[in-house]
Amino acid sequence: MNAAAKRRDGDHTMPADVRRFDRRRLLALVVKESHQALRDPSTLLIAFVLPVVLLLLFAYAVSLDAKHVRIGVVLESPGASAQSLAAAFAGTRFLDAHFAHDRREVADRLVSGALRGYVVIPQDFEQRLARRGSVPLVQIVTDGSYPNTANYVENYARGVVQGWRAGLGVATPTQAVTLEPRYWFNPELESRRALIPGAIAIVMTIIGTMLTALVVAREWERGTMEAVLSTPASVAEILVGKLLPYFALGMLSTLGAAALAVFVFDVPLRGSLVALLLLSAVFMVPALGQGLLISSLARNQFLAAQIALFSGFLPAFMLSGFLYEIDAMPAPIRAITWAIPARYFVDSLKTVFLAGDIRAAFIPNVLAMLAIGAVFFLLAKRATRKNLE
Amino acid sequence: MLSFTRLRAQFVKEVLSVLRDPRSRMLVFVPPILQLLVFAFAATLEVRNVDVAVYNQDTGRWSHELLQRLDGARFISHVRHVDSPRRLHELIDRGEVIAALAIPVDFSRAVATGGGHAQVLVDGRRSNAGQITVAYLSTIAAGIGAGLVPDAQAPAPVVVRHWFNPNLVYRWFIVPGLTGILALFSALLITSLSIARERELGTFDQLLVSPTSTPEIIISKSLPALAIGTLLGLFMIGAGVFLFNIPFTGSFGLLLASLVLFILSVVGIGLMISAVSATQQQAILGAFAIGVPAVLMSGFATPVENMPVALQWMAQAIPLTHFLVVVEGTFLKAMPAADILANLWPLAVIALVTLTLATALVRSRLQ
Repeated sequence: MNAAAKRRDGDHTMPADVRRFDRRRLLALVVKESHQALRDPSTLLIAFVLPVVLLLLFAYAVSLDAKHVRIGVVLESPGASAQSLAAAFAGTRFLDAHFAHDRREVADRLVSGALRGYVVIPQDFEQRLARRGSVPLVQIVTDGSYPNTANYVENYARGVVQGWRAGLGVATPTQAVTLEPRYWFNPELESRRALIPGAIAIVMTIIGTMLTALVVAREWERGTMEAVLSTPASVAEILVGKLLPYFALGMLSTLGAAALAVFVFDVPLRGSLVALLLLSAVFMVPALGQGLLISSLARNQFLAAQIALFSGFLPAFMLSGFLYEIDAMPAPIRAITWAIPARYFVDSLKTVFLAGDIRAAFIPNVLAMLAIGAVFFLLAKRATRKNLE
Repeated sequence: MLSFTRLRAQFVKEVLSVLRDPRSRMLVFVPPILQLLVFAFAATLEVRNVDVAVYNQDTGRWSHELLQRLDGARFISHVRHVDSPRRLHELIDRGEVIAALAIPVDFSRAVATGGGHAQVLVDGRRSNAGQITVAYLSTIAAGIGAGLVPDAQAPAPVVVRHWFNPNLVYRWFIVPGLTGILALFSALLITSLSIARERELGTFDQLLVSPTSTPEIIISKSLPALAIGTLLGLFMIGAGVFLFNIPFTGSFGLLLASLVLFILSVVGIGLMISAVSATQQQAILGAFAIGVPAVLMSGFATPVENMPVALQWMAQAIPLTHFLVVVEGTFLKAMPAADILANLWPLAVIALVTLTLATALVRSRLQ
């Protein structure tokens, strides 16, 4: 404090010393930037309304567990067993069966997308049944243009036929080896539990990268950045002053989203709140660094938005392991994911929510995020200096 | 009202404002196409290259065979052998393996009598991939000692056929879908910024004193985004056909018509956002707040019919929902004109409503 006071006293005599860190000046900058950030309703929209909308959608709209998939059941055989199999299809809650007597009826509805598949119970069903497994009993046709749904239709329809046959007392083939799966961390296999932590990472990416890139790019676009830089405040003070409010905004948004996830959407928080906050704080380093780098490269808001969309938001969506498994990607794309900070954050978030505080899983992720953040900040610093020359 | 010369002059000005800067010229076209290439390979719901841990307490023949089959399984990259259950749990905890098999001491004896059991611990954090892994592992396990149980190799009593995409190649689904999503974001960003930028820079006031009419402003602001979005969409459809070799079975003309209507309805939404935004930041964030939920509800991630009824209704107001049906149908299903038209008229209605609203909003701003 003493040193700082001395420096201020000597401002006019020691210009070289002016550009050093000063806590009061920083505080003033933070206050100014916070006012600027909060004055714009779009900031609040992104920080507090969008997370709620996203969590709601991930909880109710984006469910990877299909239910009530619409299928057709073509009943060509009038026999009693055929009727009972049809009744079995009508009875399952995973499928929403629509009955028909002709395959042409349902085939067209498969093309239009009104049905996701159909089952044909053939005319000679009773004879086939009598022959015991040497000929297929029913035909399952799916809409392969939606591969994921097609898989569900196949599996559920198979399950219905198998269950129905077991109920008939026909000897079901037994296996010599049976696997007993136990799903840790998520025994109910609710996909929302795995998706909602990912949604938090998306929101943090939008706040950290997109918002920061826009805010700083606006200063360059309007020419006010040069004006601020010509004041006695140092570059570090100005940048920290700009980034701190968005850091705080991101953390508040995470807290809000986490509270919503735990108390409304029933996602367990098995790790500690401290770990969650620490991980989020660490993730903000590369996110903010990326935003800063984008803004100093683009220097106008349109470019900044485009770059942030394609380098920040979409990769966080597609390449972070939040929707799609990283292991299953081809090697060159797996290599790209190493450079995406959201990848480490999604992984850590899933662990802290569903598994607990597992330090061995956190440490490599934290180190990777910090390293990427350091690279972004260094590059941003160079780009800023070049802009000024 | 409408003057052609004035319109042309404004159109040229709008195109220049987006494409004048060589950097933005590149950024409008190159990243979406790169993203298509990367995401087409990244988005897969298969399971590959996973590690599996095994804690084997049995020394008999059948556990040996099971391990050999695991080693040979194509979806597994490494089988990690451990010597304690604690280590098994550790590997799952750290996320180093997706599943861990615990083979009990009496496994081979039990298999010989027809009732072998092995426990599989699965990482539930990866719930979807975990379930697929269990299905793969079960298939492997079912093959063990198949000869021991009579009737065991009796086929499942069904025959399955996947229409339109017999091998369920996920890329055939993802590439047409991505075409819509990437074109949507590009068109939305360009249009949402168009009016907001003029207002932020103060040039919008100059339109007040010029003889330009509101419809002219709307048309001149729509056309560049419409042209860029359609071009981008066509480019990506071309990539789908020629680069990814996805079968294209439907009518190109109808797809082009749908693409234009789709982009036009997105442009309408973008202009509405732009008209209510005072700054570029508001416009971009507004575009995000609309675009991201729209993509999630469009049926790209999960079928619309699986969502709650209220959301299904909302999904009908999203242009992407209808375009996805058309583009997937045209690529794979040889969708007939009647089914395409059933999705075209909602697009036309959305375009009409949003463009009218945008005109009204701009007019109220001008006064």
